[in-house]
Amino acid sequence: MQEHEVQMQVNGKVVSGKVESRTHLGDFLRQSAGLTGTHLGCEHGVCGACTVIVDGDAVRSCLMLAVQADNCEVTTIEGIAEADGTLHPLQEAFRNNHALQCGFCTAGMITSLHAFLSENPNRSETEIREAISGNICRCTGYQGIVSAAMEAAEKLAKR
Amino acid sequence: MGVRQIGARVQRVEDENLIRGDGKYVDDIQLPGMAYAAFLRSSMAHAKIKIADISAAQALPGVYAVLTYDTLPSSLVSKTQLETYPAPIIKQSVCPDLLASEEVAHVGQAIAMVIASSRHIAEDACELIQVDYTALRVAVDVVEAAKPEGPLAHSHLKDNIAASIETKFGDVETAFSECDDTLKLSFKQHRGGCHAMECRGVLGDWQQQLGELTLYSSTQCPYLVRRMVSRQLDCPENSIRVIAPDVGGGFGPKAGYYPEEALIAIATKELRRPVKWTEDRREHFTATNQQRDQIWELEVGFKKTGEITAIKGHVTHDSGAFLNYGLLLSATTLMPLPGPYKIKNLHVTLNTVYTNTVSTSPVRGAGRPNAAYAMDRVIDAVARHLSIDPADMRHINLVKNEDFPYQPGSKHRNGSMMTYDSGDYTGMLAMVKEMADYDNFRQEQKQARANGKYLGIGLACFIEDTGMGPYEGVNVRVDVTGNVIASTGAASQGQGHATVIAQVIAEQLDIEISKIRVESGDTGKFPHGIGAIGSRTGVNVGLSANDASGQVKKKALKLASILLDKHEDALELSDGAVRVRSDSNQFITLADLALQLSPAVAGKLPDGFDSAGLEAVSYLSSDYMPHSSGANIAKVEVDIVTGGIKILDYYVVHDCGRILNPMIVDGQIIGGVVHGIGNAMFEQMVYDDAGNPMTTNYGDYLLPLASEMPEIHVAHIETPSPANPMGLKGAGEGGTIPAIGAMINAIEDALTPFDAYIAHYPVTPEYIVELVDSEKIAAE
Repeated sequence: MQEHEVQMQVNGKVVSGKVESRTHLGDFLRQSAGLTGTHLGCEHGVCGACTVIVDGDAVRSCLMLAVQADNCEVTTIEGIAEADGTLHPLQEAFRNNHALQCGFCTAGMITSLHAFLSENPNRSETEIREAISGNICRCTGYQGIVSAAMEAAEKLAKR
Repeated sequence: MGVRQIGARVQRVEDENLIRGDGKYVDDIQLPGMAYAAFLRSSMAHAKIKIADISAAQALPGVYAVLTYDTLPSSLVSKTQLETYPAPIIKQSVCPDLLASEEVAHVGQAIAMVIASSRHIAEDACELIQVDYTALRVAVDVVEAAKPEGPLAHSHLKDNIAASIETKFGDVETAFSECDDTLKLSFKQHRGGCHAMECRGVLGDWQQQLGELTLYSSTQCPYLVRRMVSRQLDCPENSIRVIAPDVGGGFGPKAGYYPEEALIAIATKELRRPVKWTEDRREHFTATNQQRDQIWELEVGFKKTGEITAIKGHVTHDSGAFLNYGLLLSATTLMPLPGPYKIKNLHVTLNTVYTNTVSTSPVRGAGRPNAAYAMDRVIDAVARHLSIDPADMRHINLVKNEDFPYQPGSKHRNGSMMTYDSGDYTGMLAMVKEMADYDNFRQEQKQARANGKYLGIGLACFIEDTGMGPYEGVNVRVDVTGNVIASTGAASQGQGHATVIAQVIAEQLDIEISKIRVESGDTGKFPHGIGAIGSRTGVNVGLSANDASGQVKKKALKLASILLDKHEDALELSDGAVRVRSDSNQFITLADLALQLSPAVAGKLPDGFDSAGLEAVSYLSSDYMPHSSGANIAKVEVDIVTGGIKILDYYVVHDCGRILNPMIVDGQIIGGVVHGIGNAMFEQMVYDDAGNPMTTNYGDYLLPLASEMPEIHVAHIETPSPANPMGLKGAGEGGTIPAIGAMINAIEDALTPFDAYIAHYPVTPEYIVELVDSEKIAAE
């Protein structure tokens, strides 16, 4: 199968590689870039676990081909904290509010909320619940996640 | 120091890695030279098969091997999956061939395994394998399959009945002859699959030079996997190390032993290179155990006062194609009857029936949610018949505080009498009514109805047998740096066990949680383990961690007493050192004590010390099973035009005895309730008449989403269990067990003006409209 050269900026670093046309962005990030924090939950584009941020938008990395992300700027869960390791308010809030149990959906939840709150941190609970309605969590019942998002939103609004 | 840890909302030690994306799940592990496996799975529900040609698959560049039944190594003890839980009561046990030989019994059954240089190539090669299918009659509907003339799920069987079991106590016939009235109820229960966000995954790494197999599996029961793979491959248990690293949710079906675990072990040995298989979501719907259908038919005898005196009936349980998890699901369906209600005469039988659908095994709560649902539907049906308020009806029938310890008459699987150790069932009912403002809601409901709005309120009360033994051991060791390593046979899939173990040890040894490292889910780190099933881990590891660290403390005090030349009574353990009470400048650190017990330095152990190291192990468990309990209320609004259900609020009062970490317990309860709501409203595994699965992605199979879930209000009472020294009871499944009943009772309550009876769940909008319409038409 024909391979293509791709190059993208991932968490501030240039990542390049050869991929088949059919390689989706999630596989590329996990296998070629070694960023296994992005998890593949369904590969049907429904569960949201594999969400990453591409040029500012939350994107399901199982529905985007690696070749489509050529020359894009990608942020994964590994790039959410600051360079010195300081946790992002969302990450802090997830821990404070017991917003994760098994941790498998967590990366997608945080990246989805990151994109959503970056647009505008002044959000109601209903809006937050809507914003993560494309991210499935089987463990928490969502309550801790919503509380975490509210707490982080408040902090981000003050920034 | 001296900070209370047990009972505190301690943040989880697991979270740091997970929120940074630094977790390590099976699919995250890359080993040098690793190959990838994919499975060709049956596209038919029941057929004779013949593998016509594998040569094209073998010839595809990048393919290392194609394995079928015929090419599985002859060294195996059996090419058929060994029984996990054999029992004499099983009449006909059928387990799948590791790879199907002549007959397939469900869509998704593995026929061939391809190992290749990439997952893509392995999947491409699967499509090149030619299989000839000759269709056989298909058993899909469990009621049809249970009939003597029903289609056979396996052509070699005489009928589809795997086993018949019963629970029986009291004098049912006399009780029926003496009751004032009787009612008959029938209903279908449907619970879906586990749907952990991480699918299953297995990575095998055979090291020929060492003669060792390391098997990474996203399992709830690594020791079970080790035992079964060892037996299947006929190799010593000590040559196999099973590691369950971070596991992305379990919820029951990851507790079993699956053909893929044996097959990956075989593949890595044959190819002498690491082989990884990661289940995809469609495979999860067609190859991972589910829970699915039960058909219940009950007859209830009762007094005019509302007192229920007798229940009899029959359950038809859909086993799916195989019985690879024994009768645990069937047994846990009957055993909890009659729940928290004091019903003295009961006889319910159950048939476990094969069908050509995915095999079943426990999903969160196992059969307990089904049993709880049956009881809460009975209570509501009788309440309605007698025009008694459902809350009063529950109060009349609940076991009262003076009844503890209470023996309902049912028996555990080991034959011992079930005993409810402690609780306050009527107290919790009163408390949850208060939280939900029950009496006012009835007024609100009346007014709403007058305005064409249909509000409903539903109750459910339950018990849960938890903390099952025989053990889940913990070893506590202080190393020469003063850090503590706790190793345990327990495995976790997100429950926060490491945090709880660390809390208990931190309190006993008065050290910081950050100094404790917990190792779990690795058979190479601890010799024995059972697994995370049946709300048992917190209880067992809590007791063992407490006992083992208590022993370490004693050992530290004893040694310090010798070294400091002080009586033990004059010493105390605080902040990582044994100190002289009267002079805190006189102390010896735990690190130094550990060094003294390290023979390489000390040369000889001090007198009176017969074991090396500052460490101890414990396998302490409860004397008998502690019973958690609870009372739930759901409030809903039903739109009779669209059939939409809005959950307004959900209230839980839960009793899991002494709470180790309330934050973690609340997380378990809330997540569990939402799982139950999913069963009540959304989750439906659909098969067509030919046994084709129609719901194999999350567009078709619906799971609860954040946008539909209500605020869940949780309160606790703590009645310590007398069955163990810490008063612990389990909490992993108590959210799910009552939730389906509370939800369905609430929806039915909203539809009271239509006299609707909900006969099956999940209750879809279509079903609501159907219920409302048929009753309306009947009224006209």
